[in-house]
Parts: sequence; C-alpha cells; structure tokens
Amino acid sequence: MTASSTPWSPGSPGGPDDAVVRLSGVSMVFGGDSGAGRRVEALRDIDLSVGRAEFVSLIGPSGCGKSTLLRIVGDLIAPSAGTVTVNDKPARRARLDRDYGMVFQAPVLFDWRTVQKNVELPLEITGVPSRQREARAREMLELVELSDFATQRPWQLSGGMQQRVAIARALALDPSILLMDEPFGALDEMTRERMNLELHRIWARTRTTVIFVTHSIPEAVFLSTRVAVMSARPGRISKIIPIDLPRDRNVETREMERYFQLVTQVREALRAPDSDTSPETSERQDAALARARAEGPGQ
Amino acid sequence: MTIATVAEPSGRAAARLFAVRQASDVAPPLVAFLGAVAVWEVVVRAFGLKQFILPGPLAIAAAWQANLPVLVSATAYTLGEILGGLLMGVVAGVLAGGVTARFARVRGSLLPFAIAANSVPIIAFAPIFNNWFGVDSQVSKAMIAAVLVFFPVMISTVRGLLAVDPAALELMRSYAAPERKVLRSVRVPNAVPFVFTSLRVATTLATIGAIVAEYFAAPRGSLGQYIATQSAFLAFDRSWAAIVFAAAIGIGLYLLVVGLERVVSPWAAARGGAT
Repeated sequence: MTASSTPWSPGSPGGPDDAVVRLSGVSMVFGGDSGAGRRVEALRDIDLSVGRAEFVSLIGPSGCGKSTLLRIVGDLIAPSAGTVTVNDKPARRARLDRDYGMVFQAPVLFDWRTVQKNVELPLEITGVPSRQREARAREMLELVELSDFATQRPWQLSGGMQQRVAIARALALDPSILLMDEPFGALDEMTRERMNLELHRIWARTRTTVIFVTHSIPEAVFLSTRVAVMSARPGRISKIIPIDLPRDRNVETREMERYFQLVTQVREALRAPDSDTSPETSERQDAALARARAEGPGQ
Repeated sequence: MTIATVAEPSGRAAARLFAVRQASDVAPPLVAFLGAVAVWEVVVRAFGLKQFILPGPLAIAAAWQANLPVLVSATAYTLGEILGGLLMGVVAGVLAGGVTARFARVRGSLLPFAIAANSVPIIAFAPIFNNWFGVDSQVSKAMIAAVLVFFPVMISTVRGLLAVDPAALELMRSYAAPERKVLRSVRVPNAVPFVFTSLRVATTLATIGAIVAEYFAAPRGSLGQYIATQSAFLAFDRSWAAIVFAAAIGIGLYLLVVGLERVVSPWAAARGGAT
C-alpha cells in the first residue's frame, strides 16, 4: 500500500479523486419478483468514494444494510443496481485479482490448521511457494503480536486473539482494501478497546484502505478518517462525518475534547428523524432481510 | 491426548472407559462393571438358576477356557467377514457420498433414497445374500455388513461435505479460491469428523450384520453358527463364551476407530473435549 503518497485531507464529503472504492447509485432489493417472501429494499441509491489509506466506518441501526453494502463492495453479492469500482475495476475483477482482505464478525479460522497455517491459507490459494508463505505468515503474526502462538490451534486462543489471527490472514496478501464486518462485535468492551488500538496501529503501519462496519459509535470515531452514518428502510447514507482527530491515535485520543464532540455528532446523526427506528419494525426488517439473504442471489 | 488402554475389553463398560483419560475417571465404571459381574454370579448361585437359563460368569469363563481354540478360529473367521464388509461399505459409502455432495442433481434423486434405505432392516436380506454369494462363503456375510455400513457412511459424508460454515465459503470466495481448493481445504476436513462418527456406528453394524447373517446359514467354524448351534444344544455357557468374543470384536473395532480419529482429526476430539 505504498502506491500513492499524496495525503488526503478529510473534509471533502464526496471523497478523494484517487479513490480506491467508488460506489455510485448502488441499490439492493431482496426477494420480490420471485414471489418468495416479501420484497425488501435493503439499500437505495448509495454513493460513496473511499480514498487510498482511508479508514471509513459504516455505522447505523440494525437492518440499515451496512453489512450488505460491505458485501457488495467485496463482490460477495451483486447489487440490484448501480456500479462498484475498486481500483478502477469492477468489483468482480478486483475480487478475482485478490484485491480484498476480509474480516468477518466470526474469525472463521480452520480448526484443522495451526494458527500459522491459517494465515498461510490465502497465500496457498494464490500459489505462493511454501518458503515465502511461511515467511510472510510469520511476518503477519508478528504484526498482530501473535508470533508465540504460531503452532497453536485456533481453539486454544481467546476470542480477541482469534480475531487478530483473522486480521493477519486478511493482510497476508497485502490487499489494497480491507473489508471488516463488525470484527469486534462479539468481544467484551475491554478487549474491544484494546483491539481498536491494535487495529489502529496496524492500519497506520500498513496504510491499507479500510471499510469497517460497526454499531459502536466510540469505535467508529476512534478508528476512522470518516464515518458514514446510515439509516434504515431503505438503507442509505444519511450523513458523512469527517473525523479530524490527529492521524496517530492512542489511549489519550479517547479523552480528547474533540473526540467527545465527534462521538456526540455521530450519535445525533444516528438519531436524526429519518433514521429513527422503532425497534419492532427494525426487527421485522432484520428477519425479512435474513430470509431474503438465505434465498437470495448469493452464489 | 493420551489414549486410555483397556487391558481386557470385556463388557459394555470398556467402551465408555476409552473416552476418559484419568485413572480416577476409569475407576468408577470399572468398579461398576466388576460389581455387576459379581452380582450376576451371586444371583445365579443364590436362586440356583439352571445352566440353560442363565449360566454364571464363572461357568462361562470355564467354557471359554475349555473351547478357546475353536472360539479363536471362529472369531478370526467372522472378523474377516466384518473387516471385509467394513472396507467395502466404507469405501463405497465415502465415494458415493462424495459424488452425491458434488452434484446437486444426483443429490436430489439419490439422497432421499439413501435415507429411506437407511431405515430398511437390511439384515432381512441375509438369506437372499446367502443365495447370491454362497452359504459357505465369507463374501455373503461381508456383503450384508457392507450394505449395512454403506448408507450411514454415505449420508454422513454428504452432510460433512455440505454442512460447511457459510462464512468459510464466503472467505474462500473473497480469495477467489477455485472449487478444487475449497473442496480440499474446507469441505474435506470438515467432513472428516462426520465420517468418523458414522464409522463408529459402522463397526457395530458390521459386527451385528455378519454374526446375524451367520445365524441363518454359515460354516460351523463361524462365530454366529457356533452361537446358534451351542444354543440349540442348550450349551449356553459356550454360547455366552462366544458372545464375549463377539463383544470383544465390536468394542475392539469401536476403540480402533476412536483411536484413529484422534490421530487423523485431533481437532475434533479436542474441540469435543473442550466444549
């Protein structure tokens, strides 16, 4: 991730010109015409650009389609309308070129592989020779500070450590974009804060472009260069908030005046009338979405 | 992960013994088993039960010792059938499961049939198999065992190959992994514990299948015929002695599979132990 050295200054809401990811008019509708289940409009008319070495968080209520949007960017599902460009290529081309690293809410590590071998998996897929594979995996484990656990099996590690292995694996191919879907959602608050520091350190070092889905406001503010606030039914980006904190963040960042202001700003954006959701409708929406996804156009 | 060794695998307690690791865990079931045997002997003596109703453990042990050469050779004969049947049934089951999992069309037409066939009392075919493959042949009994083993192994293989964490498939998709790699790195390792679970059932099924098929018709030197003949002569102490051998085969094969599983897929055993 060294290609572009021109720093992009947060503030231009549309995003930078040398965007890594460009979404325009992206919409997603599940179900409907097939008669199977209710028609659910998950996303409507999303425009978003993410610049090189940016860290953009997608935040919003459940059912606002933030995970769906991330999966569309990663070409795990195809949008109903609109275009997704990654590194000036269609998303599908980018996936086939292995431009992505993905981290899900569950670490998705394979029990039959050691930690080291789990990190090597993407390198195996791309046919990297075994010696280079081992070296690269060791380097990645060092990055996430798990070198001592290389020979362990995933189940022997704590949840936070497992997620760090997943991050190491996602970074193994040196992807130009890292897509993270609530990676710390299952962790307790303390571990999550530690993981946030860790992820920030890794991001600062690798300068990878990150799109990060979360439902934690402090997490989004702490990590991001921009926070995209989404609202539900249909899912859309209601506001983009540039995070003008110093680029290097640490424990003290969380005590800064500006940090609290930004947290408040995101919270208010989430509470804005058009994103206000009554719990039971949002639950119904979630259930419908899950159903639609299960039947959906997926693979 | 130490494999507890059972000195004398006799009785149902031994199967359970294997799963436990510490001596302190082994002691209670062992005591229970020995206690049960003791109670058995006492009851037989106290009520003066006739030998042809229920022989006591000591009488069985005596019959066991007196007929050892015959019993050992009968056991070897029947074990050959069981192992042959297991081999055929497991290989065919895994292959058929692989094909069924791979092709959705095959799955749609074959899987319901396999699940239905799994509920058929296949042992009822034993006389027919004897007719097809020869009464005096080990093949007819091995075939019964193989058919018994085939369906559970096939169904488990299909389940194991298909019941993959959807997130794991998404992960592989995000790396644009070819289907071949998904099969090798995700589906096959995922199926291994499933197949082993069915193998445990398979060892028991093959043992039952071979012995019961021998009841219908088989050479005298087979375990099933020995049990049937001695029972007909009311020599139940000898029948029981042969049943001890039959039990040893069943338990021995089961332990073998469990041991093999720990070597081949230690992750499943460790996971199972941890949660």
